[in-house]
Amino acid sequence: MRWGVLQFPGSCDERDALNACEATGAEARLVWHEERALEGIDAVVVPGGFSYGDYLRAGAIARFSPAMEAVSEFAAAGGPVLGICNGFQVLCEAGLLPGALLLNASLRFACRQLHLLEVDGPKMSPYRGESSRRRTLSIPAKHGEGRYWAPDEVLDGLEASGQVAYRYAPGENPNGSARDIAGVRSEAGNVLGLMPHPEHAVDPLTGSTDGLKVFEAVAAAGARA
Amino acid sequence: MAAVRARVLIRPKEGILDPQGKAVERALPALGFEGIGQVHVGRMVELEAEDPARLEELCEKLLANPLIEDYEIERL
Repeated sequence: MRWGVLQFPGSCDERDALNACEATGAEARLVWHEERALEGIDAVVVPGGFSYGDYLRAGAIARFSPAMEAVSEFAAAGGPVLGICNGFQVLCEAGLLPGALLLNASLRFACRQLHLLEVDGPKMSPYRGESSRRRTLSIPAKHGEGRYWAPDEVLDGLEASGQVAYRYAPGENPNGSARDIAGVRSEAGNVLGLMPHPEHAVDPLTGSTDGLKVFEAVAAAGARA
Repeated sequence: MAAVRARVLIRPKEGILDPQGKAVERALPALGFEGIGQVHVGRMVELEAEDPARLEELCEKLLANPLIEDYEIERL
């Protein structure tokens, strides 16, 4: 199992993501944004940061990078993809995930440890086989543009089809996201995006290792693919 | 072919919370500006296009996110 972690100019969480991938017992390497092929890579992380300065809209320019074109093909073929924070924004801009991420309702940058509720659904991947277990994860969030938004009918559809992957615990929504949604998955289930940072919660030194569970779930999806 | 100058105005779609507009609106009374409402903050992009027929596509794909934003193209 080998992870590929994308690296754009302006990425800043790719090293922690690489470390988190390796903490799952797998190999991992960085994938520079100009790379056009993902040969030998079994799962992809689109990491956090400020790709291309986040000019125009967060993630708007990164989606046109050669590496993202490769990720789109990889995702279409069923390959597991995890987008974290800016990576989530990039995946939404690229149309690999539904919805969009807007300025926090507070207009403040939110930086705090919070609780995420895993959400099950009919389409369980990457949590297939664990449907009876609903866990609460302690993971940090740090973003200024994390307010998840989609039209109501789209949100209804996401909930009905099990595409809501994570919600903020009651009272902990840091950005005004619709229906407390912190993360969503694609219709096929192999693409997962969330605003909080599981890669910053893989070592007891920083207070929680719950982030590993997110990586392990995506890795498990990759092992099945 | 001479390039055409254009201005693209991008604004948040109606009905989507616009905290920037709200913050500006709330600040106005303190400065003595009463009776101003419905403030919305968007973006403006000026450009020159050799093929203005493609401007709409450009807006749909990059300058605006049609899910959350409306845009207007104004030729100068």
